[in-house]
Amino acid sequence: MSEDNRKVVIELKDVCRDFKVGDEVVHALRGVSFKIYEGEFVTIQGTSGSGKSTLLNQIGCLDTPTSGEYYLDGVSVRKMGSNQRAKLRNRKIGFIFQNYNLLAKTTAVENVELPLMYNAKVKPKERRQRAIKALIEVGLGDRLEHKSNQMSGGQMQRVAIARALVNDPTIILADEATGNLDTRTSFEMLVLFQKLYNEGHTIIFVTHNPEIAQYSSRNIFLRDGQVQADTINHNILNAEEALAKLPKKD
Amino acid sequence: MNLIILIAILVVAILIYRRYRDESLLGMIFKVAIKALSNNKARSLLSMLGIIIGVAAVIVMMSIGQGSKESVRKNISQMGTNIIMIRPGADRRGGVRQDPSSMQTLKQEDYEAILNECRYVMYTSPEVTTSGQAIYGSNNYNTSAYGESLEYMDIKQWEIEDGTCFTEQDVQTAAKVCLIGKTLVDNLFPDGQSPVGKTIRFRSTPVRIVGVLKSKGYNSFGMDQDNLIIMPYTTVMKRLLAQTFFSTINVSSLTEETTDQTIEELTEVLRRTHKLKDNAEDDFTIHSQAEMMETMSSTMDSITIILVVAAAFSLLVAGIGIMNIMLVSVTERTKEIGLRMSVGARSIDISLQFLIESILISITGGLLGVLLGYGISALATAVFHLPTSVPFWSVILSFVVCTIIGIVFGYIPAQKAARLDPIEAIRYE
Repeated sequence: MSEDNRKVVIELKDVCRDFKVGDEVVHALRGVSFKIYEGEFVTIQGTSGSGKSTLLNQIGCLDTPTSGEYYLDGVSVRKMGSNQRAKLRNRKIGFIFQNYNLLAKTTAVENVELPLMYNAKVKPKERRQRAIKALIEVGLGDRLEHKSNQMSGGQMQRVAIARALVNDPTIILADEATGNLDTRTSFEMLVLFQKLYNEGHTIIFVTHNPEIAQYSSRNIFLRDGQVQADTINHNILNAEEALAKLPKKD
Repeated sequence: MNLIILIAILVVAILIYRRYRDESLLGMIFKVAIKALSNNKARSLLSMLGIIIGVAAVIVMMSIGQGSKESVRKNISQMGTNIIMIRPGADRRGGVRQDPSSMQTLKQEDYEAILNECRYVMYTSPEVTTSGQAIYGSNNYNTSAYGESLEYMDIKQWEIEDGTCFTEQDVQTAAKVCLIGKTLVDNLFPDGQSPVGKTIRFRSTPVRIVGVLKSKGYNSFGMDQDNLIIMPYTTVMKRLLAQTFFSTINVSSLTEETTDQTIEELTEVLRRTHKLKDNAEDDFTIHSQAEMMETMSSTMDSITIILVVAAAFSLLVAGIGIMNIMLVSVTERTKEIGLRMSVGARSIDISLQFLIESILISITGGLLGVLLGYGISALATAVFHLPTSVPFWSVILSFVVCTIIGIVFGYIPAQKAARLDPIEAIRYE
């Protein structure tokens, strides 16, 4: 398949983002341009201060660019108001955070239902069914009614992934999603991400861990607010194999 | 009864909530708010405490106010029905002392004129009062003597427990007979013998007791209604005081509705018998019981208002307490707010969530406060014999006020939550 035939889900055109810190202007993003196609598993890497958090906020519609254009699924985000962006986040983006961000004292199902609650079109019955389906997909079919404080880190992150999947988003946006997990659990997560990738989900994974990049289909390197490198990974490692090679926990 | 209505309303509200909690965004936000509150029960209860106490105070004050008003009303109407009192002299205002002769304007002619000419008057009794020591054997007691006509018994609704009333003949002959109240019986005849037929001395005049009045107890002003002697008015005027004028003429109107016509008629008749010129002031004053009741009620009302306002201030303080807790809660849940925003909650969803939470706190507090208020009122009646009656509208008012408190004091915290930047909120530690 030639690249041009694939659907573009994200297009950044010379995106700049400036912050005012006191009297100084900090240029966090200095003209970032790239396209992400449907079904890609992209890692965005960079050291701290490279602008990857700012970029993540742009892609996640939490922020708008100072200049340049950002199209999400063909829609320009730059001039959107906060309510429109909230709707966009609700329908098109699934967030996964480093520290899971589950609601305290709340069951797995209720946590996963959360994005659908802000979508009036989804009826309660359907909401619950979709939440259960998403939890089964991430392998937590047997822990639907477990509360967030009764789960391990890996389980919590699975709930978070299910929450990101439940609204059938255009892109899944992971921010250091394995950062708080041990190696083995991290690989379990990678297995899950690869599974989602193979099912056709578009995944953007922001990380500073170069090892993870080997398991994704495309690597973008950010430095000083600019894209330093953007490479296709032709040799995607299999996370499942890597997991099998890891020493078993006792 | 009111409590039952209240509980019914509550049950319906819960049923409606159960039916719709999952159906709409608002229902969902409601559910979230309830969850947030139940996750932090101790704190929720503490922040409710102010409202609970405030509302209970308001309810208790109102119930005592209302209760006293009702009891005063009852007492006044117990004193007699549709009573209209005619006193000599112009209406005394501003403490101006009047000419003594102006106090002697009510005479026998007036009484007769009223008897003959006034169609709206049912009963009439001239009144002459004096006080002094009543003596029987070695016992004596300070009391008041009321000189009255026979119709007085009907006006004031006195009943005779023992013996008979004096007769028309007694009135005409100024016979030295009397009726005495229960208090006097107890004090002059402590050994329990029947006083009927005995002769007591009042202001050194011997008077024969013909009957004993049925007890009326104390009135709401704390006056003993049973410490009295009733005699024919002629007896008091001629034998005791040697005067020719009345201190009052008591009249009862046909019905309560005709009170105003009666007063008009009385005024006209009295002005005529007194030969007053058109531009001259009345040399008598007419008060009706309805008027008295109104005065009493309005006094009770202003006392109630003062008490309720004082209690309402505690509600204000309670509202500030809720705002305080809500502000802390917003700060504590910054991360949750960030998460909700990042999965698609709009500012209005967040602000609504906190607003509903604070309304929920204040309404729940209000509900508990109403129940507590009912409890305290019942206790006040049971223990201190205070007349209480919780007006139902005060319960409704409490809920309205609580909702307003929830909105007003929840607004600032809700705005604070809604204005959070999702980027910063989600990374807040």
